[in-house]
Amino acid sequence: MADMERINTPVETAIAEHFAGAKAVLPGDAGARETAFARFAEAGLPHRRVEEWKYTDLRSVMREAAPLAPALADDDAVAALEASPWFAGIEAARIAIANGHVVASASDFADLPEGVSLETTAQALASGHPDLAALGAIPEASENIAYALNSAFMSDGVVIRVAAGTKVETPLHLRFVITGDSAVATATRTLVIVEKGASVTLLESHDSADDVAHQPNNVVEIVAEDETEIAHFRIDGHGSGAQALSTLTAHLGAHVAFDTLNMIARPGLVRHQVFMTFAGEHSKGGVRGATMLGERQHADTTLFVNHVAPHCESRELFKTALDGNATGVFQGRIAVAKEAQKTDGQMMSAAVLLSDGATMNNKPELEIFADDVLCAHGATCGELDDDLLFYLMARGIPRPEAEALLIESFLGETVEEAVDETDEAMREALMGVARTWLAARG
Amino acid sequence: MLEIKNLVVEIEGNRILNGLDLTINNGEIAAIMGPNGSGKSTLSYVIAGKDEYEVLDGEIILDGQNVLEMDPAERAVAGVFLAFQYPLEIPGVATMTFLKAALNAQRKARGEAELTTPDFIKRVNEAAQKLAIPKEMLKRALNVGFSGGEKKRMEILQMALLEPRFCILDETDSGLDIDALRIAAEGVNALRSPDRSFLVITHYQRLLNYIVPDSVHVMAGGKIVKSGGKELALELEANGYADYKAQEAA
Ligand SMILES: Nc1ncnc2c1ncn2[C@@H]1O[C@H](COP(=O)(O)OP(=O)(O)OP(=O)(O)O)[C@@H](O)[C@H]1O
Ligand SMILES: [Mg+2]
Repeated sequence: MADMERINTPVETAIAEHFAGAKAVLPGDAGARETAFARFAEAGLPHRRVEEWKYTDLRSVMREAAPLAPALADDDAVAALEASPWFAGIEAARIAIANGHVVASASDFADLPEGVSLETTAQALASGHPDLAALGAIPEASENIAYALNSAFMSDGVVIRVAAGTKVETPLHLRFVITGDSAVATATRTLVIVEKGASVTLLESHDSADDVAHQPNNVVEIVAEDETEIAHFRIDGHGSGAQALSTLTAHLGAHVAFDTLNMIARPGLVRHQVFMTFAGEHSKGGVRGATMLGERQHADTTLFVNHVAPHCESRELFKTALDGNATGVFQGRIAVAKEAQKTDGQMMSAAVLLSDGATMNNKPELEIFADDVLCAHGATCGELDDDLLFYLMARGIPRPEAEALLIESFLGETVEEAVDETDEAMREALMGVARTWLAARG
Repeated sequence: MLEIKNLVVEIEGNRILNGLDLTINNGEIAAIMGPNGSGKSTLSYVIAGKDEYEVLDGEIILDGQNVLEMDPAERAVAGVFLAFQYPLEIPGVATMTFLKAALNAQRKARGEAELTTPDFIKRVNEAAQKLAIPKEMLKRALNVGFSGGEKKRMEILQMALLEPRFCILDETDSGLDIDALRIAAEGVNALRSPDRSFLVITHYQRLLNYIVPDSVHVMAGGKIVKSGGKELALELEANGYADYKAQEAA
């Protein structure tokens, strides 16, 4: 405990300098930013001796601290947004965020579905919007370093409220892009409050230029009041140079149905964290993901599912396909408090290794303090089934195509579970990520 | 014409095929019978190209082409088709997606145009109807949850669609009820043609009443130990394999 100040590497020093320069100009309460930054300053960048970051050693992989990106000129933002293909086939109200700043001219703010109100996070911070009090609903997330850095630097994003009882038919699509030839950092914070009895589908997509070491840090916080129904489908299309940190928090009331699905394809480095808390009874939460990696790519999905209230059900299903010298990480922790009787929690992570150089690290954990629960976890890691490959090839399907069929069906189970059976367009939009990846694999 | 000469095959150091010779002419239906474990499925896998088998000696020539140099997909394109003794379940791969991928892959490899979707569906529906395969089955994942007999009929459906040159049926009759056996046999007979040959592996003479073979071969200890006409099957049915096992032991 001798020195609280752990900042000592050049990158940490550079981050501190960026913060010193930014805090005066960033919107809102500088004091809150300083508190958050102090959390980072105490711990420094996470490294492998920090249990939670064991497999994703930010201290060794982050060689530079990119400066916080200024807002882009509208034309540049629009060009970058046009190049981002995700969810194009889905009719949605689009919300564009380029280099970490909302682009109003490329967003459907005038056409939001009924019952949806929205403000940019920059405005909300500047005006001290009361909804911001709902941020940080999950304490374990607030303690997290990626989240703390985001709290220190957050510059924009959106604050959305869905009015009680509203069934929002048109999905809301948050489109994040980062463009530019020199590396920049972004810090966005999005808050979605879904009032009692409302339902909404949130789409979130990310794109950043290949080969540039952009450093996005995005946080989405969802507050689901009682009897809400929320689907969140996310496509992480960050480029091969990016070092992307993202955090999703979901605070669930009673009788909530919440599902999130994250598709990750070919990023440089991704750490996606999900914090889901069951605060009310009889809720169901599904957290799923399909990750596709090659080359020296690295993707880490870390979950903390906290069953505080009784009679809730959680389902976690993660599929990872790894080629080249890629590394996949799945860390899933399910905690069941003493009061959370009748919890039903099932967590599964399965990986398929397509090359000798690929590595998967699976770390599922259960911490159960209640005595009447049904909880299980499993993790598998293996190669494609030779007998199935032979069967397909014996019908004339060439090896690459036979492999693609098997990989697609392996990854597709996550989409099958998360998306409504009748929603063909959504399934196609999500499976398109896998098909694009498989086609590029060749 | 398929010619197998002096085929010697091992798996994990165990010799399974032991200098097997067999010639099947165009238009011929050859039946192989033999005791459990004599190497019949091994022979069919080796012809189809399963790579866990080590071919130590011999050759397999189909229409002058050395089959052993091809991967399983290339062999299928060359006309080899194996109806599996135990068809595999492939969760997550829709039956129609699989059939279309197989059909179009073979067409593409032969330089033919891919089928349009309506054309493809029409062909599948016609073939399915002939084999009394309900449309509902085609909507499921490949073989998943199919009964043993349904899986066997699905193999014949694939054979009918792919129109192979050389068809191997590995115990297609086991698991089929009496009606299904007749329907499947009719499916096979409908495919009989002067330039298509069949290798029918079975334990039961009954199948050979429906699919009448031109030649019958007895396999024991990894080779063909006797060949004859269709009457050989009746003789085996009456006397069993005792003679051949004794011969092998001697
Ligand atoms: N993967 C393997 N490893 C070791 N031995 C094997 C393997 N596969 C087959 N064998 C052995 O090879 C021999 C031949 O098996 P095969 O399946 O070809 O027999 P079969 O004639 O088809 O029998 P059946 O009539 O029961 O279908 C058997 O003794 C079997 O145990
Ligand atoms: Mg057999």
